[in-house]
Amino acid sequence: MNRPFVHPYIPNTAPDVRAEMLDTVGAASVEDFYADVPADLRLGRDLDLPEPLVAEQDLARHVSGLLARNVPTTERLSFLGQGTYHHHVPAVVDEVIGRSEFLTAYAGEPYEDHGRFQALWQYQSLMGELLSMDVVNVPTYDGFQATATGLAMAGRITGRRRVLVASDVLPAKLSKVRDYVRVHLDLEFVDPVEGTADVAAIVARLGDDVAAIWVETPSRTGAVEHRLQALADAAHAVGAILVVGTDPVGYGVLTPPAEQGADIVCGDIQSLGLHQWYGGAHGGFIAVHDDPRFVMEMPSRLFGLATTDVPGEVGFGDVAYDRTSFAHREEGKEWVGTAAALWGIAAGVHLALMGPQGMRELGEVLLARTAYAQRALGAIPGIRLTDRAVHLREFAIDVAGAGLTASGIVTALRAEGIEPGVPAGEHELVVCVTETTSQADIDRLAAAVTGLVAASAAEAASTLDPIAEPEEHRA
Amino acid sequence: MSLPIAPKPAHRRFHQARWDEPVIFELSTPGERGVLVTSIEPGVRDAVGDVVAALPDGLARQAAPALPEMGQMRVLKHYLRLSQENLGADFNVDVGQGTCTMKYAPKVNERLIATPKLSAMHPLQDPADAQGALEIIWRTERMLAEISGMDEVSLHTQGGSAAIWANIAMIRAYHEANGDGEQRREVITTIFSHPSNAAAAKAAGYDVITLHPDADGYPDLAALKRALSPRTAAIMVTNPEDTGIYNPAIREWVDAAHAVGALASYDQANANGILGITRARDAGFDVCHFNVHKTFGTPHGSGGPGTGANAVSAALAPFLPGPRVVREGDRYEVREAGPQSIGAIGPFHGVVPNIVRAYAWMMALGAEGLRAVAETAVLNNNYLMKRILEIPGASAPYATGRRRIEQVRYSWQELFEETGITSEEIGIRASDFGMHYWTSHHPYVVPQPFTLEPTESYSKAELDEYADVLAEIAREARETPEVVRTAPHHQTVHHTHHDDLDDPERWAVTWRAYRRKYPQAVGA
Repeated sequence: MNRPFVHPYIPNTAPDVRAEMLDTVGAASVEDFYADVPADLRLGRDLDLPEPLVAEQDLARHVSGLLARNVPTTERLSFLGQGTYHHHVPAVVDEVIGRSEFLTAYAGEPYEDHGRFQALWQYQSLMGELLSMDVVNVPTYDGFQATATGLAMAGRITGRRRVLVASDVLPAKLSKVRDYVRVHLDLEFVDPVEGTADVAAIVARLGDDVAAIWVETPSRTGAVEHRLQALADAAHAVGAILVVGTDPVGYGVLTPPAEQGADIVCGDIQSLGLHQWYGGAHGGFIAVHDDPRFVMEMPSRLFGLATTDVPGEVGFGDVAYDRTSFAHREEGKEWVGTAAALWGIAAGVHLALMGPQGMRELGEVLLARTAYAQRALGAIPGIRLTDRAVHLREFAIDVAGAGLTASGIVTALRAEGIEPGVPAGEHELVVCVTETTSQADIDRLAAAVTGLVAASAAEAASTLDPIAEPEEHRA
Repeated sequence: MSLPIAPKPAHRRFHQARWDEPVIFELSTPGERGVLVTSIEPGVRDAVGDVVAALPDGLARQAAPALPEMGQMRVLKHYLRLSQENLGADFNVDVGQGTCTMKYAPKVNERLIATPKLSAMHPLQDPADAQGALEIIWRTERMLAEISGMDEVSLHTQGGSAAIWANIAMIRAYHEANGDGEQRREVITTIFSHPSNAAAAKAAGYDVITLHPDADGYPDLAALKRALSPRTAAIMVTNPEDTGIYNPAIREWVDAAHAVGALASYDQANANGILGITRARDAGFDVCHFNVHKTFGTPHGSGGPGTGANAVSAALAPFLPGPRVVREGDRYEVREAGPQSIGAIGPFHGVVPNIVRAYAWMMALGAEGLRAVAETAVLNNNYLMKRILEIPGASAPYATGRRRIEQVRYSWQELFEETGITSEEIGIRASDFGMHYWTSHHPYVVPQPFTLEPTESYSKAELDEYADVLAEIAREARETPEVVRTAPHHQTVHHTHHDDLDDPERWAVTWRAYRRKYPQAVGA
C-alpha cells in the first residue's frame, strides 16, 4: 500500500492542503521551487539513513533503549571532575528551564520576550553580586570560550602580545585558548610552586610588553590562588591586565577575585545548577568592572535596564549593541551567536534559591569535604598530596610511592563500581569531591585505595624476595 | 439550544501576561531560604576543623554576596511569572525569525533526555558505562555525514557560530600544515551570509573581503573572481543566502576558490529547505556546518544551548576538533584528538542533550521525512511569499518572479515611503497580535527589511493568520499610523528607551551597577 507521507511534525504534509497551497502559488509541484538548483547538484536518490521510527512509542523505545546502556554516576561512586562537576541541582531549576516559554524562545524583542530579558539580566546581576563585579555578559558557550575571549580582550585593550600563564590549566581548556588567541597573543608558562603561582618568577618576567597575567583558580588540580592581589599589583604596575579564570561555586566563602585586583574574571557556570549531561551543559561568563574600555571590548550580548514610555516602568534591552558582530560583522570584536542563555537562566534560579547563606554553606562544605578527602587519601602509606595549597573540590595525589599507577587505580576501582578520579600523568590522580560526596563515600574510596596499596605492597614483597617466604606458606 | 459560541475576531486578542514583577532583588526578605545545603558531618568537622578560619590571609570573603533571600515557592513563582511574560515558539506562529529556522522541537525528545541515564553521566566515566551516549553521538555523526555528503563529522561545537569558528580554525590549520599559512591571509564572504562568518574569520586573524550581490540578488561570481588570489585562504558562503535565493553557480564559486588553492566553507544555517535535495559535497565544498538547534529540531533555549555540526572532506578530517567517538567492532570508544587537530573547541563531546534530541528528531523522520521537511518548508515559504506580496507596500527585492528556497528577505520600503512607518515599528506592533517578527542583520542592504522563514512546522491556517496580521498592520500604517508608532500596546512593557543603553554613564548591566548609578531610585 502506498500511503501518502503524513508526518505529525509537518502539518502541511496532509495531501489536500498541499495541493491547495501548490495551486495558490501556481506551482505544478514542489520541484518548481528548486528550479535554481542545477540538475548536476541534485542528489537524485533518497538519503541513506536508518528506517525511521515514525510512531512516537517506537521512537521512545529505541532512544530509551540506547540510553539504558549508560550507567550514570548515580549508580557509581564518582570522584570525577576536571571541568564537569556533580553538584546538586534543585528541582525548581529544572522546572523553570523546562517551561516552554523559556525553552523554545529565541530572539524575540524586549517586548514579547520581556521575561527572557529580565531573567537574563537577573542572571547577570546575581553573578555580579557573587563576583563583586558590575558587568557580566549573557553567557557565552563555556568557560573555555569565556577565558579565551577574556585574554583576547586583554590583548586588544593593551595592544600587547605576551601573556604570562601563572597556573596549571586543564589541558582541553589550554588547547582551546591556545588555538583561539595564537594569532594575537603569545602564551608563556611560569610553573606554579606548591600548586599556586610563583609570584617572584612572574614579577621577574613582567615588562611593558605584557598584556596579561592569566591565573586559574581553582587550578587544574583544584588549588586556590591566595596571592591574587600581589599578582594584580605587579600586573598593574606595568600596565598589564589580571585575567582570572575561575569556577564561581566557591565565592560564598572565598574572596572574589575582583576584590583582589582582578580586571577580567571569567569561567564556567556548570557548577551553578546544571546537571553533568555527559559534559554537555556549560556556559561561559565574562565579568568586568563598569569601565567602557573593558565593556566595549566584550563581544557578547549585555542586557541592561531601561526606562519606557510609562514612568516608573522597567524595560530591558541590549547595552551598546554596536559593539557586537551583529551590528558590525568583521568590524566586531569577535562574534556573537547562539550560545548558552538557558543555562544562564538556570544559574540565576540556582543563585536565587541558594541566597547568600546557601552559597556560604556550599563553599564551606566543599572546602571541608575536600580537606577531609585529602587527609583520608594522603594518610595512606605511599600516597602523598602533590602540594600544600588550599584546595576547593579537587586535589591531586601522587601514587608512585605505593607502587601504583593512576590508570591502574582507575581500572581496579572501576571493577568495584568506583570512579576514583582522573589520571593526570602516570602517577598522578586528580580526585574530585562535591557536596554530593558524603563522608562515607570518601571513606569508601580511601578504604578501596588502601586495599590496592596493600595488595601492591604484598605483591612487591613477593616479587622482590620470594626466597625469604617460609617454605610452609607456599602453595 | 446551542452553546453560546461567538464568532471569533479577525485576529487573536493576544495580551502578554503582566505581573508588574519586581526585579528579584526587591523581593528579598532577610532570613528566608530557597534551598538548604547538606550539612558537614561531625566526623568531617572533627577531622578538618574550621576550614574557613584556616584560609590564608585575605582569602575568606568578608561580606556575604548580596544575593536575594527568598523562600523556594517565591523563587518559583517569580520565575514562572517571568516565563509567562515571554513568547516562546511553542506559543506563537514563530515564522518571523528568519535565518533562525524556528520549528517544532518535539516534546517526546524532552521526555527522552530527562533521564539520569543522560543528565547524570560524567564525560570521563569508563566508556563501557557510556555506550548509549557514545553510540548516539556516533550514529548522529554518520547521519550528518550522509546528509552533507562529507566524510567525517564532529558535533563538538556548541552553536552555529562556534561551528563557523571551528570551520575557519580548521582552514587555518590546514593551510599552515601545507606551508601556506603565511601567504593566505584573506577570507572572502558575502553580505548576505551570517555576520559570524566575517567576525570569526577576523578573530582568526584574517582580512575579510565582503562581496555584494549582483543586480538580481545572486551572489556575484565576477566579483568573486576579481577578489580571489593566492592570498585567499577560503570562501565562507551560505546557500541559499539570507534572501532565500539559491545561488545556481555555487559549483563555479567552489571551483574558482579551488583554482587559487583556497578552501570552500559552507555555512548551512539555511539548510532546512535543501535537506535530501542537494548536498555540500556535491557542490565541491571542503567543509560545512549545520546548526543542529535550527535544522534538526532542538529547542532554541532563549538563545542556546545550541549545537553545531562540522562536516569535512577526508583531506580536512585530521583537523577536526577532538576527542572523537570511534566504533571498534560493536563497542564505542573515545579517541583523543590527533596531532593535526585544532584540539578541543569546548569541553568534551559538545552539548550532548542536544545531540540526543537531534538524533531522535532524525530517527522520527528518516530519509523521506527529511525530504518532506525540506519540501514543505519551501512550499510554506513560497505560499507565504504569495500571501505577503499581496499586501500593498510589501515587496521582495531581487530575483523578481523567481521562487525562493526556505525564507525571504522582504522590504516595507514602499509602505515606509507612503506612511513613514518603519519595519521595526511594524515588528513591534506584530507582537501585539502574539506574533514575532525580525527585520534583518545590519547593515540593511534591503531597505526596511523583514525576514520570514516559515519552516515545515506551521500549518496553512497559521501562515494565513500570520499574513493576515501583517496585512492588518499595513492597513493600520495607512489609516491609524499612531497605533503602530506607539506600539506595543498589549505587552508587559511599553516602548523602551534605548538611549539609556548606549551611554556608559547610564547603562546598568547589573543590579549592583544600577544601585551605584541610581541611588535615589533604590531609596539609598
